[in-house]
Amino acid sequence: MAWTWFHRLGSPPYIYGLAARLTPWFGWLAAVSIVGGLYGGLVLAPADYQQGDDFRIIYVHAPSAWMSLMVYSTMAISAGVGLIWRIKVSHAVAAACAPIGASFTFVALVTGSLWGYRMWGTYWEWDPRLTSELILLFLYLGYMGLRSAMDDMQRADRASAVLAVVGIVNVPIIHYSVLWWNSLHQAPSVMQLAAPTMPASMLIPLLLMFLGFTLMFAALLLVRLQAEILSRERTANWIREAVAS
Amino acid sequence: MSEFLNMGGYAAYVWPAYGLTLMVIVWNIIGARRLLARSREDARRRVQMRGEEA
Repeated sequence: MAWTWFHRLGSPPYIYGLAARLTPWFGWLAAVSIVGGLYGGLVLAPADYQQGDDFRIIYVHAPSAWMSLMVYSTMAISAGVGLIWRIKVSHAVAAACAPIGASFTFVALVTGSLWGYRMWGTYWEWDPRLTSELILLFLYLGYMGLRSAMDDMQRADRASAVLAVVGIVNVPIIHYSVLWWNSLHQAPSVMQLAAPTMPASMLIPLLLMFLGFTLMFAALLLVRLQAEILSRERTANWIREAVAS
Repeated sequence: MSEFLNMGGYAAYVWPAYGLTLMVIVWNIIGARRLLARSREDARRRVQMRGEEA
């Protein structure tokens, strides 16, 4: 009896309806957090005493980089669950993650490059952090390419899931690259166990941006998930009602 | 205002970073909504086809 909620999570019509109901909540909360974070980051926070106003790139760079790792982890775990327990909805979640993750990995790389140019004197360096983040982009693109190369949805789900699961080794490498190797990139100032090394006026907008981006990921994922579920459920009767309106 | 836009001399780095991020957010929103609309349309067509066969 206690397990019925768990089984419902694997039921496509239940998830489809739930996703449709939750999307606006996540979407609007994300918008409020991001607008608040942008105002705090661009207007209220003081300029950095060493970097001047250039440091404000952090408010788009760090949340994008966080997204790139969080989305990949979500994708790999869902794909793994789909592989092991053969849950269709799980594969649908993984497939829905990929374009979102790839696009924000791209943002993290480009905004990092713009920031790095003035701080390090170069747009690009084959540095451990930068290189491993670039590999993450290729993992996303490989995952999407592999999926689109296969017509059979079940085969595409399984093959791409193996790639996603294997690729997760890159996630801790990216996170710890700045500690393990001698990197140009600074060490974490927020995503660490100790207290953040930043005053509240700079930190609070950044935390709002992290929250906003995470909520935005949820909203985008839920919309894409509905589409993925519809394309997987070719014969189910509930589809008739779901698309009747 | 112009002081704000100038970003302490870093305008050429700060604003492109924000501009790109905004573009990618908009692309994500439009892309996800279009994908769902297309999937709903495809599903509706499949349902109709089956209805006509029966």
